[in-house]
Amino acid sequence: MDLQILLLLGQDGITNGAIYALLALALVLVFAVTRVIFIPQGEFVAYGALTLASLQMGKVPGTVWLLLALGTTVAVLDGYKLLRAGRFAKLPPLLIFNIGLPLLAAAGLFAMPPNQLPLWSQVVVAMLLVIPLGPMIYRVAYQPLASASVLVLLIVSIAVHVTLIGLGLLFFGAEGSRTPPFTDLSFELAGAPLQGQTILVVVASALLIIGLYFFFERTIYGKALRATAMNRTGARLMGIPPILAGKLCFTLAAAIGAFSGILIAPITTIYYDSGFLIGLKGFVGAIIGGLASYPVAALGALLVGLLESYSSFYASAFKEVIVFTLIIPVLLWRSLTSKHIEEEEE
Amino acid sequence: MTRHFPIVLFIALLAVSPLLLPEFTITLLNYIGLYAIVAVGLVLLTGVGGLTSFGQAAFVGLGAYTTAYLTTVYGLSPWLTLFIGLAITALVALCLGFITLRMGGHYLPLGTIAWGISLYFLFGNLEFLGGHTGITGIPTIALFGLELKSSRDFYYLIWIVVLLAILAIRNLLDSRQGRAIRALKGGTVMAEAMGVNTPRLKIVIFLIAALLASMSGWLYAHLQRFVNPTPFGINQGIEYLFMAVIGGIGHVWGAVLGAGLITILKQWLQDWLPQILGQSGNFEIIVFGIAMIIVLQRARDGLWPVLLKLLPERTLKRRRPNGEILPKRPSTAAGTLLLKAEEVTKRFGGLIANDSLSLTVNAGEVMALIGPNGAGKSTMFNCISGLNPASAGKIAFLGQSTVATVSRDIARQGMSRTFQHVRLLGQMSVLENVAIGGHLRGSKGVFAAALRLDRGEENRLLAEAARQIERVGLAEQMFEPAGSLALGQQRIVEIARALCSDPCLLLLDEPAAGLRYKEKQALAELLGKLRNEGMGILLVEHDMDFVMELADRVVVMEFGQKIAEGRPEEIQRDPKVLEAYLGGVE
Repeated sequence: MDLQILLLLGQDGITNGAIYALLALALVLVFAVTRVIFIPQGEFVAYGALTLASLQMGKVPGTVWLLLALGTTVAVLDGYKLLRAGRFAKLPPLLIFNIGLPLLAAAGLFAMPPNQLPLWSQVVVAMLLVIPLGPMIYRVAYQPLASASVLVLLIVSIAVHVTLIGLGLLFFGAEGSRTPPFTDLSFELAGAPLQGQTILVVVASALLIIGLYFFFERTIYGKALRATAMNRTGARLMGIPPILAGKLCFTLAAAIGAFSGILIAPITTIYYDSGFLIGLKGFVGAIIGGLASYPVAALGALLVGLLESYSSFYASAFKEVIVFTLIIPVLLWRSLTSKHIEEEEE
Repeated sequence: MTRHFPIVLFIALLAVSPLLLPEFTITLLNYIGLYAIVAVGLVLLTGVGGLTSFGQAAFVGLGAYTTAYLTTVYGLSPWLTLFIGLAITALVALCLGFITLRMGGHYLPLGTIAWGISLYFLFGNLEFLGGHTGITGIPTIALFGLELKSSRDFYYLIWIVVLLAILAIRNLLDSRQGRAIRALKGGTVMAEAMGVNTPRLKIVIFLIAALLASMSGWLYAHLQRFVNPTPFGINQGIEYLFMAVIGGIGHVWGAVLGAGLITILKQWLQDWLPQILGQSGNFEIIVFGIAMIIVLQRARDGLWPVLLKLLPERTLKRRRPNGEILPKRPSTAAGTLLLKAEEVTKRFGGLIANDSLSLTVNAGEVMALIGPNGAGKSTMFNCISGLNPASAGKIAFLGQSTVATVSRDIARQGMSRTFQHVRLLGQMSVLENVAIGGHLRGSKGVFAAALRLDRGEENRLLAEAARQIERVGLAEQMFEPAGSLALGQQRIVEIARALCSDPCLLLLDEPAAGLRYKEKQALAELLGKLRNEGMGILLVEHDMDFVMELADRVVVMEFGQKIAEGRPEEIQRDPKVLEAYLGGVE
């Protein structure tokens, strides 16, 4: 291996690692706040990328139907509760947000072929279609089980993952998609080509991470999430509703997922089920951070990206084997260094 | 007989169905059987033990690939490769279990997802295993000279394995080890205090589940006579868990129900959904996913309990168990030094919960540890019983230092305890709960339990538990679920459980809380009797009348420090104690 290849692979690894790092952060966030191990994180990556690809092909992405269906379910579930409690004033906003806006989005997409929009507005439309799925899924699947054990929540996550994979196949078909690059710029670094798209991914990820940092350090909602992560009961006593915290962090996780998908869509072909493995690699990073530490999780994810990239050069067929076997020594190391803390379950 | 009627009917139907049903249905039943074997393992692991794995399909694959490779390449007998496959599976499961089971509950499932994926890719990429095309030409199995060629022949073999697996797991759960396994789900603290080696037990149930999966893989390979990586991927691993959860994760028959439902539903959905949707693909997973979410939200115990309600109510075993008396440890002479704690300090970060605390307990005396809330009494208990070891200081039990001893080994030496927050298994009967206390007085393992070779010992243990229940005065409630008792009575059950271990030192954490006056009197009488038999009792209690009447010596704590020690009447006059309890006299 010469320097050129070394650099090329490193570039690849860092690009993917940056995406895994974003996902790892989202996973740590969701786990810390809600105790949900968010396996479907990867599906948001695929949905983001494939929704954008559908828009660019001039199709109405199936995501909008899911948005409508979930929105209606949420409206029915919450509407029933509001009716029984006699809180009629809350009904109109509930209906507008969960049924009205998705209907409007569907109508808009049919009225105006989305492939004529400029690229940046396609990105915005794709994000707007995918992000609301996060809090809606939280409401429908997780909220009724919010006090269940980590294990039950994990099984729910797997069920949500499986459902989204099936729906992804229904909406986007079995063929993969790749979107055109956001930039055609290319540089040269020590003899190796450096794609503008790569720089974009790394810079965008870094900016998003910095943005998240300020969100958690400086805003009241960020602080509320941190408080909930540290002590759910305490946060609740201080007036932070656990449902709000749950919805908020699922919104963030969906946004991070969709954004990551849109970022990598021009680099790799994304299939309806690609998200699972991408998300799990973020997971390996998150586990390196013990599902608790953000910086260690991000570094771990970068390490996963680099390991994947270099192992694809040496033993491409065993790339996945190597990456997922990495988790075993990591778990061993964690189990030897961390003290087991008894968790009271049910 | 009526109790067994549904099972007998089910087995009879199973036995005649190959004679009546078409080939296609038999094949379907074969697959249901194969899946049920794996799901039964998951019931033990997840439903009973509270651990879970999404990687069971990979263990199925290990069993299938081992026999496929060894029979086709080396021409080994399938009966030999069965055991080689089981051995390889055991080895892998031991390594994985050792690494992941030590950690919190969710690391095991995550580890199994990763391991399920990597094994799938490994099967698909190893040249000698045929890559993604797999291995063909796997020989048939011959049983007593009879070659099992058709799926009808195989049917009986598969279902015999299913029924044997169910029988073995049911037997196991109804035994000393089974009670310990059931205790795992509520956290390991109580089980450890009763002397159960919980890390070992977790590995054992993980191993049993893996071996059942491997067995299913071996059957699969010889039924199909062809293997490729697809049925051993993570998706199948997830489906196994779905089967167990939808069927009823806490019941062995739920595994069969779940395997049947999912397999038939899948068959049906795979025919219809592509036609309805106008596309081909595995759309049944959408239905399964949504069904899972609904089951978890609405009927977390699955469909089997729903079905059970339709059957006539079963009469529980209500006969008081009879058995010979278990051997007791030699009693310690009154006045012997049992426990000596010197300068025990316990820190939680910056907080000092116990500050250089010393106390002793002799045989044949009641030592009371009192003090206001938050004084560090329960912390001291946890230090002594080894649950949460002290940061500094010396603790010796029967002359031996216990500083580096885990709580189950301290229990083995003859110390038993109750908990301030009652730790009973609410679904289990009082008798079974108390029998957990006798864990260390039996020795039969999981094999003996599965094969019912443990009945003699089991009877002796249950009889001992029954005697202790009668001793504390709860004979009437012996067969009721522990969770249905009043809190005060539950505390008494905890005392019976502690007594069932035949201790020489008893640690009681607020035993009288929640008891009525008469019950308190009965408890005091019981403790007095135990003292006269030479037992040492260390007591934490807030009821001063109870303490002052019963205790021989009292230690008073405040803010982690000992402020007074002496006979009850001295303590009652001690100015420091009065200040701590009543506020200072200015």
